[in-house]
Amino acid sequence: MTSPTPRRKAVEPPIDSRAFDLLSLTMALVLGLHAPHLPWWLSMALALTLGGRWWQRRQRAGRVPRWLKLPLLALLTLAVIVEYGNIFGREPGSALAVGLLILKLLETETARDARVGTSFACFGLMTALLFDQGLVATVVVALGLLPALATLRSLEPGQAPTSLARGLLPGLALSAAALPLALAAFLLVPRLSSPLWGAPSPGPARTGLSDNMSPGNFTDLLTDDHPAMRVSFEGAPPPPDLRYFRAYVMWNFDGRSWRYLDARYTGPREPATLEADRSIHYQISLQPTHQRVLPTLDVPLQAPAQASLQADREVLVDKPVNDEVSYSARSALRYRLQSTLDDRSRRLGLRLPAGFNPRTQALATQWRQRYGSDDAAIVQAALTLFHDGGFRYTLAPAPLGRDSVDDFLFDTREGFCEHYSSAFTVLMRAAGIPARVVTGYQGGYWNKLGEYLLVRYSDAHAWSEVWLAGRGWVRIDPTGAVRPERVSLGAAAAAGDQLSWYRNDWLQGLRNHWDIVNRWWDQGVIGFDALRQRGLLTPFGIRDTDTATLGILLAVSSVLFIAIGLAWALLRRRPRDPLRDALRELERKLARMGVVRGLAEGPQHYLSRAARALPGQRDELARLMSCYLELRYAHDEPPPESLRMFQRTVQDFRVVNVVK
Amino acid sequence: MRDPLQRFQRWAEQRLPALTRFRRPESLPIELHRRRIYIVPSGFGIGFSILLLVMLVGALNYANNAALLLTCLLGAASAASMLVAFRSLDGLRLSHIRAGHAIAGQAIELTLAFDSSRQRNAIRLDLSGDTVAFAIDANTTAQVKLTLPTVQRGWQPLPRLRLWSTWPLGLFRVWSWLYPDQSVLVWPRPEVAGPSPHAPADDARHMRLHRGDELAALRDYRAGDPQRHIAWKASARHDHLLVKDFEQPQSRPQWQLDWRQLSALDNEARIARLARWLNEAQAQRCSYSLWLPGNEIASNSGPLHYARCMSALAQLP
Repeated sequence: MTSPTPRRKAVEPPIDSRAFDLLSLTMALVLGLHAPHLPWWLSMALALTLGGRWWQRRQRAGRVPRWLKLPLLALLTLAVIVEYGNIFGREPGSALAVGLLILKLLETETARDARVGTSFACFGLMTALLFDQGLVATVVVALGLLPALATLRSLEPGQAPTSLARGLLPGLALSAAALPLALAAFLLVPRLSSPLWGAPSPGPARTGLSDNMSPGNFTDLLTDDHPAMRVSFEGAPPPPDLRYFRAYVMWNFDGRSWRYLDARYTGPREPATLEADRSIHYQISLQPTHQRVLPTLDVPLQAPAQASLQADREVLVDKPVNDEVSYSARSALRYRLQSTLDDRSRRLGLRLPAGFNPRTQALATQWRQRYGSDDAAIVQAALTLFHDGGFRYTLAPAPLGRDSVDDFLFDTREGFCEHYSSAFTVLMRAAGIPARVVTGYQGGYWNKLGEYLLVRYSDAHAWSEVWLAGRGWVRIDPTGAVRPERVSLGAAAAAGDQLSWYRNDWLQGLRNHWDIVNRWWDQGVIGFDALRQRGLLTPFGIRDTDTATLGILLAVSSVLFIAIGLAWALLRRRPRDPLRDALRELERKLARMGVVRGLAEGPQHYLSRAARALPGQRDELARLMSCYLELRYAHDEPPPESLRMFQRTVQDFRVVNVVK
Repeated sequence: MRDPLQRFQRWAEQRLPALTRFRRPESLPIELHRRRIYIVPSGFGIGFSILLLVMLVGALNYANNAALLLTCLLGAASAASMLVAFRSLDGLRLSHIRAGHAIAGQAIELTLAFDSSRQRNAIRLDLSGDTVAFAIDANTTAQVKLTLPTVQRGWQPLPRLRLWSTWPLGLFRVWSWLYPDQSVLVWPRPEVAGPSPHAPADDARHMRLHRGDELAALRDYRAGDPQRHIAWKASARHDHLLVKDFEQPQSRPQWQLDWRQLSALDNEARIARLARWLNEAQAQRCSYSLWLPGNEIASNSGPLHYARCMSALAQLP
């Protein structure tokens, strides 16, 4: 065997500055994508390290000395442990990985180092998606592959020089060409129905609705305008003032906060009776809440599958909702809820902690004396108080003292839904009307294009229900008395100019429209789980696609795409020669007339022989021959108009049957 | 990582008949096509696919579809880079090879002309331990220069050349063997020292006869100048020897180098001596003729003549 093998060079040559710049860019991008969840001082330190190394390499190539590298490594590990307590898990792990990646740059001098660094950067890009898998984040991360691919390209020796920006383009083309295969693989790679290790850690903690309500704890929620859920209705959506989504019904008041008690405390009870008049069918896709409750339109007729209806017509599932879920339900728009109140509920609905809010109790007693047994008049009196008593809707109310309802009703007179519903409920109970607080969402933005209702966390709301004889539980929204826009237009309108600048009207409109893209992304991509994958082939008549079928499909589609790619790679584009094609056509015509071109016959000889053999067309053939010879041999490139004329003449050449 | 891979490649080429098909030398031009282009993942490619696997399992485990999509995209791009790698050699044409001149033992410079209808990057050419990387623009010819060590005079066939590339991402290594049916002529190595060619007597007289008597100038003494040309009087006034330089309109020294004069030596020694004489003649810019068995080269001078004489010497049996 005489194959010359390349001599292994003892010392690999250092990479050029272009490759190093691209590598630094890749790493800076990874760092930037991770910066939101890293502690700011760590991000700053790593950015400085990266910048310093880049500057140092510009001055003079060479590795950073070991005495500097090892302490930095120790410092990084220490910093991660100090910040997170350990080095395992999603946050500390990714912080450590990003740190190691930047430190890898310190010793990157050869192509091999750079390749290792780039691969590791790709991994870093992927881990950034564990924190945010939204559409924008995914697109930014995917664009982060471009400098990584460009780095790998720039490590190849002997290539035509390009500018930095143009160097990124081939990576884009490669990714675009790879997209069909990537999508097929994405659809068909069998999903795991349960994780192999560890529990997937919950996503970033959104405050969400919680099962208790105390004055002020909605503030975070009302300024968080991430989507909470999306609702699509069968038929027309309900009018805005009926868009109340019920989550928790709270009976229990301890003087400061309202608390939801589930069946573990209250014991199993039958759902309250419901006489429905008009009902509506709808489907909700709910973002992860890490709570067990599924919000439903007020009031649900029955629970969705896999969920159960509780005593007060709340819907609970067994496990907290840690992934996006989708469920359909039917609710009554006009209803009579629990027309007869049992003693236990009446007792609960009137219970107030002793020794709190004396002034409120006095006011309620006074109302009771004035209106006698007319509960509806008392409710009206309370709403009138809220409307005309100088109350103000604000997201930044003054803090309340021990007698929170007294302070709110008689002193501060400012607050938002939870203040109003809490105060109203306490007033009603003090006046002897069974009442309770209900929390959930109200309002939402109707996306015309997607025909769905977008409900944001900022649409969280609290209202009250009072039990009136003959009417059952009646929803009363005291916030609406203060700020009717809150009910008719939504949270943003009610908050007015109290929200930050980016929540102004046109931007909000843009964000609402943009939400359809997010919804598509969340449903089509993020929500494509094992269950949805099994139903992938339903349109083709296969109800349940199992893992083996998916594997076969994946293999088949990969082979298909590779075959297409191979066809492209093997395609040889021969330069076309129209003149030759025209002559071929003439030869075919002449062959039909009995004059076949010999293998060793030149065009001139052949055409003169044809002219001799076909005396009827001698002149035409002679003209064609001279024309061909001129086109072929007088020019490098035949002039197009003469070529066209020659082609036309060949086309018009008539095949005449010669009788021999 | 690299070594076992190369051993594997060598083993595969010995084993697989398809890979050995092109072992016989073939005439130029050689155009690479799919049946002679081989491709395997590089060491980095294997490492990268392990990384992709880790990313895939991670994405699946955390049920993170965005990460899965990214992994699929990266994997598909890697697979697509295989086709790009193949295309970087497919259709490449080695149109001709030009060799320089070298005496045995020195490296000879080869210029390989590759042409291509599309742009190609980072193609590497291995020739006996020497690697050159080059790029070709669309519809142009790349002149690739590399050197080949030589051992002895005469026709030396070119060894197999390996054309390879890891373009575009370094994940795949694509290669092809070229075995052009072409030899390079290696000139004989001159002997280090030996006697000067003694010109025939009549020729010397002829020379003297034609030597101009007009003194043109005085110049510095050079080794080999005849003693009688030294200008002793003039030299005495300087600290080095001066020589009378005569106008020599047509009577430059004419050397007749003859194979037959050296009958005392064996073939190779004769060739080595003649080569040295040719060098000396060329250095002194005199004209010379060369007689070899079966080949008589008339008197002439200049580099072309020198090359012709050396080539004739090199080709002696």
